[in-house]
Amino acid sequence: MRKRLLWVLGLVALGLMLASCAPHASQDSLKPAGPYAKEIKDLFVPVFWVAVLVFVIVEGGIVLIIVRYRHRRGRDRMPPQIHGNTRLEIGWTILPAVVLAFVTVPTVATIWDLARKPPSTALNITVQGHQWWWGFEYTDDDMKTTYDDKGPITVADVMVIPAGRPVYLSLESVGGLIGGTTKAEADYAVIHSFWIPQLAGTQDVVPNRTNHILMQADEPGTYYGQCAEFCGLQHGKMKVRVVALPQNEWEAWVANHKQPGVTPTDPLASQGMDLFMNPLSGNRGTCIACHSLGGIVSGVNAAPNLTHFADPTHQCFAGCDWETTDREALAAWLRDPNAVKLGSKMPNYQLTEDEIAALVAYLEGLT
Amino acid sequence: MASVSVPADRARGIRRPTALTGFWSWFTTIDHKKIGLLYGAAAFAFFIIGGLEALLIRSQLAGPNQTILNAAQYNEIFTMHGLTMIFLFVMPMSAAFFNYLIPLMIGARDVAFPRINAFSFWLFLFGGLFLYSSWFLGGAPNGGWFGYAPNSTTDPTSGMTFYALGLLLTGIASTAGAVNLGVTIINMRAPGMSFFRLPPFVWMGLVTQLLLVFSLPIITVGLFELLFDRRWGTHFFDPTQGGDPILWQHLFWLFGHPEVYILILPAFGIFSEVLPVFSRKPLFGYQFVVFSGVAIGFIGFGVWAHHMFAAGLGPVANTAFGISTAIIAIPTGVKIFNWMATMYRGDLRFTAAMMFSVGGVAMFVIGGLSGVTHAVVPADYQQTDTYYIVAHFHYVIFGGAVFGLFSGMYYWWPKIFGRLLSEGLGKLHFWVMIIGFNLAFGPMHILGLQGMIRREYTYPESLGLTFWNQISTLGAFLIALSVLVFIVNAVRTQVRHRALASNDPWDARTLEWLTTSPPPVHNFDEIPVVHSLDELWHRKYAEDKGGRLVPVQAGAAEERSHGPAHAIHLPSPSYWPFVAALGLPTMAYGVIYSWWVVGLGVVITLVGFYGWALEPSVAE
Repeated sequence: MRKRLLWVLGLVALGLMLASCAPHASQDSLKPAGPYAKEIKDLFVPVFWVAVLVFVIVEGGIVLIIVRYRHRRGRDRMPPQIHGNTRLEIGWTILPAVVLAFVTVPTVATIWDLARKPPSTALNITVQGHQWWWGFEYTDDDMKTTYDDKGPITVADVMVIPAGRPVYLSLESVGGLIGGTTKAEADYAVIHSFWIPQLAGTQDVVPNRTNHILMQADEPGTYYGQCAEFCGLQHGKMKVRVVALPQNEWEAWVANHKQPGVTPTDPLASQGMDLFMNPLSGNRGTCIACHSLGGIVSGVNAAPNLTHFADPTHQCFAGCDWETTDREALAAWLRDPNAVKLGSKMPNYQLTEDEIAALVAYLEGLT
Repeated sequence: MASVSVPADRARGIRRPTALTGFWSWFTTIDHKKIGLLYGAAAFAFFIIGGLEALLIRSQLAGPNQTILNAAQYNEIFTMHGLTMIFLFVMPMSAAFFNYLIPLMIGARDVAFPRINAFSFWLFLFGGLFLYSSWFLGGAPNGGWFGYAPNSTTDPTSGMTFYALGLLLTGIASTAGAVNLGVTIINMRAPGMSFFRLPPFVWMGLVTQLLLVFSLPIITVGLFELLFDRRWGTHFFDPTQGGDPILWQHLFWLFGHPEVYILILPAFGIFSEVLPVFSRKPLFGYQFVVFSGVAIGFIGFGVWAHHMFAAGLGPVANTAFGISTAIIAIPTGVKIFNWMATMYRGDLRFTAAMMFSVGGVAMFVIGGLSGVTHAVVPADYQQTDTYYIVAHFHYVIFGGAVFGLFSGMYYWWPKIFGRLLSEGLGKLHFWVMIIGFNLAFGPMHILGLQGMIRREYTYPESLGLTFWNQISTLGAFLIALSVLVFIVNAVRTQVRHRALASNDPWDARTLEWLTTSPPPVHNFDEIPVVHSLDELWHRKYAEDKGGRLVPVQAGAAEERSHGPAHAIHLPSPSYWPFVAALGLPTMAYGVIYSWWVVGLGVVITLVGFYGWALEPSVAE
């Protein structure tokens, strides 16, 4: 009877385990999609099984002992008074040391392997951590824009990379006063951590230091990630996606992103562009003061660069918690950023519904 | 306490308190047992508060995109949950056990510095209340218990200033308490109580105090620098002015990792007392258990940067700290094997105390194994700051330390209160707690590997994290239920006057069971003379030639309270520790609000120390 109950419980547990491995799980470190993440998994999994083995031996031992030597009613016995055994002690000091040595050797090898210099073919990207969104600058010589001072291609929230090619990231924490004047509105350079579990392990993004990550996606696809180190109020909504493109689409993406932003022809979108480029009536503020929109007017780097906001790869915005194609979300964001993301550094500009509609139309045209 | 003849200060106008019982006596007591009870009561109250914070966290995370708490509230609550459980529950609850039991276990009448003991307690309590007052004064600390700069230095609310000052206050309290208990163990042992006759709990107590004394100064430096950065515009951690945020991490974790052992070693001591008593066997490999505890204390200072594997210290540092972290698993393993060997071939009696100890060892093993996977540095690149870490340290601190503390409560309750807790309710408490515990924290391993990060106030539905979060929340509420069972048990035992405990209800091995339950103010009528490890056991049983035990004539070990045989000089109660402790939080408020208040605090503390210095230890 007892045995059957155990079986049933075991099956239920197994079922639950399998249910948890349902299809989504796109931020799963045990589903690596590139060589660097896979190297870590290949190290972790055998260590995990060693740990399971030790677990079974130790916990099994405890269970056996407590079943075998439990006090039975009516049977008073004084157990043998064993004080210790030096040989046993030496044995169970050395044994774990040996097991740990077996674990440590491949660990050290992997530490050094992951810290090696990037291959010369690697694409270089500077990752910028802001409170609370990610920016990306493509710093290679062949990734310069054609407009203004020919700066690097700059995007936000979604990092686009070519599939099958190593990418070498330089991590920077960036801050600065944004439009705002009060302390609460400042974007501080704090510590973040850039983590795309399926592509590489995390590294902290530390002000005044440049850490690096080497990553690669073998196949085209979208890979999820987020800031792993607590970085203030909206740490929980500082997400990021990596979109890996096949070679031809990557080339098209690069070519497009070298171009300045689209000037709309549609009247509503044109109205939106006017609103974006000029101070809003009644001294409410100016969008372009913070948001760069390359080729038209250069802003600063304090807010996401919106030059190609509506490019299909730019799936999400504002810390990647809202889909770019979700018109309602975009309108809600413009209406009051703090209502949807408490503490957002983008102020509420008291936009009217007409202004919001015009701005949405403009942004949606920035392919 | 030798009676020292100090002339009474004639200028003093306040009459010295004399009452040893009654409500006000609690404010002036310097009896280590009463102070231990005060520590225990305050720590338990903070445990309840920290537990309620945990329930809020788990409610918020019970489903995706919940809005029970907003981001600001969530950050405050997880920060305060961590600070409360570490600094205001586990540490002072361990201090409660040490305070009450160490003098009894080493055959002393009190601690070395009874008034410093009272000062430590009041300062700890005021420090805790100071931290919690932040909630009514502009917001609680919200930068995590680890308070990473520059997020902690730039946050616009005053919460992290309260954090720096509050931890400085409790840090002073812990340092004073650690010096006191350390000196007590070294200097006040009964005749014959050599170091290798010290009960293992006392040994672990000594190691814990040494860890406190050496690690607290490090975080004190960090906290002062944090305070100066926040309050007076210095730039210790400000990267825009040449400061270094990584400096904070080194200072914090060089304290923070020994702190982990400060939390767990008391529980190791409790396991090492409870398992032999209920196995009716001596602790297997006493010297090895003691030395591995000492080794853990030493190596514990050499592993701090494993909290910073992803900070970019470089492969050399990561290799070194990966190896040292693996090494610390060895003495920990030695302890576990010795506990198992203690039980092997024993006559195991599964009282509630025993169940919590065995359960604690079993749960700690899981936390230890997940800890080894963090020592695999590249794996840590994928686990750090995820729920896998949250699972790991809850298995260590809850599964190890808190289970140990509950084991200690069931074990020593009859000694402290003179009444036995209900074993039935105790076992119910154990089973509900261990099931709830595993449901709450087991799934967090999976969540972490699935990519759920720590300290996020909500998560989207798309990542498929909902199911295990629901299970975890269910487990958290089961834990709360089990604590409720414990409270019912404790209240019923005391109010309904359950069975009186004899001096030695468990047939135990150490000196505290020699005296009455509860012990008299002076602990022992005659200071016992110690002849061996497990002194009490050897007074009760002798080994025959075959290694078998034969009881020595019945009742030989019982000591009936017939009053002290001769005059015992116990230190008298005093107001001054309370007064001196009151001045320091006053200064802390002053640092935030006004220099005048700082001045007031300085005056109060000086008055307290002045009165204290001129007061003889024993009233004339």
